[in-house]
Amino acid sequence: MRAGRGASAWAAGLTTAAALAGVMTMAPAVLRGEVLAQRLDWLPLLGLSFSLRLDGLGLLFAGLILGIGLLVIIYARFYLSARDPMGRFFTFLLLFQGSMLGIVLSDNILLLAVFWELTSLSSFLLIGFWSHLPAGRQGARMALAVTGAGGLALLGGFLLLGRIAGSFELSVILTKAAEVQASPLYLPCLILILLGAFTKSAQFPFQFWLPQAMAAPTPVSAYLHSATMVKAGIFLMARLWPVLAGTPEWFAIVTTTGLITMLLGAWVALFKDDLKAMLAYSTVSHLGLITLLLGLGTKAALLAAVFHILNHASFKAALFLSAGIVDHEAGTRKIPRLGGLARLMPLTFVVATLAALAMAGLPPLNGFLSKEMLLEEAAQTTFAGSEWVLAVLVTLGAAVSAGYSFRLIGAVFLGPVRQDYPSKPHDPGLGMSGPVLLLVALVLAIGLAPMLVAGGLMQAAVQASAGGPVEVYIKLWHGLQTPALWMSVAAIGGGLLCVGALPRLQAIDRTLSLPEAKVIFDRTIAALTQAARAVTRITSDTALSRAVLLILATFAVLAAVAFATGTHTAGTRPSTRLELAPAVLWLGVALPTIAVTLMYRDRLLALILMGGVGLMISVGFAYLAAPDLALTQISVEVVTVLLLLLALNILPKTAPPEPAARRWRDAGLAGVAGLGMAALAYALLTRNAAFDPISAFHLAQSKPGAGGNNAVNTIIVDFRAFDTYGEIIVLGIAALVIAAVGYPLRRSIKPIAPASADAHPVIFGVAARLLLPIAMMVGVYLFLRGHNLPGGGFVAGLVFAIAMMLQYLAEGEERTFARQRVPYLALMGAGVVIATATGMAAWAFGKPYLTSWFGYVTLPPLDKFELATASLFDLGVFLCVLGSVLAMLHALSRITKRVG
Amino acid sequence: MEALVATAIGLLTASGVYLALRPRSFEVILGMSLMSYAVNLFLFATGRLAPGLPPIISSTATGYTDPLPQALVLTAIVISFGMTAVLVMLAVGAYLQSGSDAVDPEDRQE
Repeated sequence: MRAGRGASAWAAGLTTAAALAGVMTMAPAVLRGEVLAQRLDWLPLLGLSFSLRLDGLGLLFAGLILGIGLLVIIYARFYLSARDPMGRFFTFLLLFQGSMLGIVLSDNILLLAVFWELTSLSSFLLIGFWSHLPAGRQGARMALAVTGAGGLALLGGFLLLGRIAGSFELSVILTKAAEVQASPLYLPCLILILLGAFTKSAQFPFQFWLPQAMAAPTPVSAYLHSATMVKAGIFLMARLWPVLAGTPEWFAIVTTTGLITMLLGAWVALFKDDLKAMLAYSTVSHLGLITLLLGLGTKAALLAAVFHILNHASFKAALFLSAGIVDHEAGTRKIPRLGGLARLMPLTFVVATLAALAMAGLPPLNGFLSKEMLLEEAAQTTFAGSEWVLAVLVTLGAAVSAGYSFRLIGAVFLGPVRQDYPSKPHDPGLGMSGPVLLLVALVLAIGLAPMLVAGGLMQAAVQASAGGPVEVYIKLWHGLQTPALWMSVAAIGGGLLCVGALPRLQAIDRTLSLPEAKVIFDRTIAALTQAARAVTRITSDTALSRAVLLILATFAVLAAVAFATGTHTAGTRPSTRLELAPAVLWLGVALPTIAVTLMYRDRLLALILMGGVGLMISVGFAYLAAPDLALTQISVEVVTVLLLLLALNILPKTAPPEPAARRWRDAGLAGVAGLGMAALAYALLTRNAAFDPISAFHLAQSKPGAGGNNAVNTIIVDFRAFDTYGEIIVLGIAALVIAAVGYPLRRSIKPIAPASADAHPVIFGVAARLLLPIAMMVGVYLFLRGHNLPGGGFVAGLVFAIAMMLQYLAEGEERTFARQRVPYLALMGAGVVIATATGMAAWAFGKPYLTSWFGYVTLPPLDKFELATASLFDLGVFLCVLGSVLAMLHALSRITKRVG
Repeated sequence: MEALVATAIGLLTASGVYLALRPRSFEVILGMSLMSYAVNLFLFATGRLAPGLPPIISSTATGYTDPLPQALVLTAIVISFGMTAVLVMLAVGAYLQSGSDAVDPEDRQE
């Protein structure tokens, strides 16, 4: 779709605004502490239901997703260039937004896992939006590989969790903390779920995908890496906090991971010259900070974590969008090429500086508040056996964080104005600056009046996350006695020091030479690809017949092993008496079968022999009390032989000789396969079924339930009509495939030789014409009696097809098809439509699909006769079979005519 | 009679497998058809053998054979025709476009 830029932005924006308004109308109830829920069963047997809940935590996230989403949509409208397909962008963005909302609103964890995967997929599309850039494609692939693998682990963890808790509903799971933590499966379950959360939230050692994902357009980065995608892992940990947190395992894994991620991310961010890369690593660092807080397991730390989620989302989105503005207006986002922008872009300077200072943790901005809470918690925690290790390390992290924030302000905006910007920088229009202004206003407002602006939301969110009452009290000034204040001062001082000593630190970083994660990832992927190729090379090659040979040989070996390792006794079912007729029939099947194997090189002979086998089998069916099968087999046999005759018109009439070695090899395998099947069939036939077949029901209900005496037919058109429905559709698809393959073939080949002038004997033609109405009458008769006696739609369709093809054989393609102006494929389609409509008609009577009805009708001159909707369904079957078979033969015959 | 049906199934399978392993497409199609016979017979045999007891409800019948395998095999016969037809079309198409009816590229001699 190529809608106008404005139209697609409006559509996306209004959708998001409407959703936001919808969430807001529910906010008052949620803020009062209510949990809103909505439930719809999806696959109840699997425990999967479409149940949604909205509580405080969900409200916080839904608000962030939709609110920042709306701002990003407005911004993107002005950011993307005229060459970018705007409609596609907003489609992906809305898809992603919807999946994110699904994660935070799901009450069923399986549903949550589905949405989780959807965010992985849609973020892949967004990150790789500029698919012409190799970096975009690589970044997207890496993000998908890492988060997709994490999603798999998450699903495993969820299945374990659901098994322990006995339910997949969060509302139940959240009440089962004691059971979950006492379970022996707790640790594997925890590790799997954390793998999912850590990969999504870019925690060490999975942090590497996030910076690579910066190849995305900036609005995407702003959205994915501030408010949404990477917060999904954080959300999950906060969501399951009451169930999983508080154990020593949780503390050890989550706190340590968060700490490492925080320090590592901050350190790398300090030296990045690309503005977006710096922000990416700072995001990694801040996510580590939140993870660390969640790991501590206290309610105060939880409050700090949830509060920092809100704060980080606001200042980081503002920073990403500002970076986008700088990139857009100055033409580069490389720090060495920037500087002095304060005078050229005053508005951007002010908002970006405020956001960066919030990131650095300066008062009176919101980042200061949550950092203060973090330092307070760290000071009170014993980690690695010491009371001050965590406090020192966290202060160090905060100092480096302040350091890169200061560097960002200084290197981009301060300093002398340069003359060599790639393009002339100026403040952007309101469309791009407006969203940033709003975000920075939020940063300030929360900082100045935290309780007024965010107190209620925090109360509801933390309460929902903790699963119990929590006291929320946030204020700017705690007095001089608190250790956090002095740690904060130290951090800010350290930050200034970092900027001052940047060259020296850079030298240290170079000597450390941290391993580049992307290289490791690429090497791993390359090794995996190599291994996959090696396996493919062993298991499959270009020769199809060798592949078939391998598959059959594997089956034979498996069957032999199974037989050798199992025990068996002779069957006890009394055997049926041997008579003369079946013995003759057996010879009728066996002799041509052996003959065709020996004489297959003469193809016409082989075809005739095979037809003979089919005929004998149909007689066998008749003898073995299966008249319907006999009728079907014999008519299918005729059609198949016709079809293969047509094919032989084109294909060579003889097969070339083959080396004896190959023949003996194949004969050996064929012998084994035959012996195995014969033994299996004999074992089956000489035993009774392990449990009673369900056919007693079909036999008993055939007349009273379906109104027909022919139990086979009532099964086909009534009891198991849905199977039949699927089967006629398969047949129809086969016909379509053949027509589709045949059409271009017909055009691509030139007629080789003109058809001989009079190859069609007159007598045959006349006889065929006489036969047509008779055959058709037989078809109608078979169709009508099908419900009570052998016959039915399948057989009738085949008989009709044979009658019509006979005309073709007798009179040639041209004359026949000139007269038979039947659109075969349309006939097939009509059959499917009739069958479908018959099935749907049951809905009108409030019955499930394909429920049948029958009754008795009396028309005065005739006897009382029966009407069943199943007959109408059978009519659909009839038309579909007729249309398909004729379409297949017709497609082939058209080619034959050209060639032959 | 069980032995007769079982050996017939075995013979059809063996012949079908042998032909399906031939290097040319027409024989493969014949082989697949023979294997279809074998499989259909086998499925039919899961209802066990009951000559003379067709599953047509009547007041004079002394018993009925199992109708369900018959219903399944009936549709299977028609579907295997569809499959054969697709194979034939592919074989003809491959022959016309490559000039050879060999299944594997390495068996192409013409």
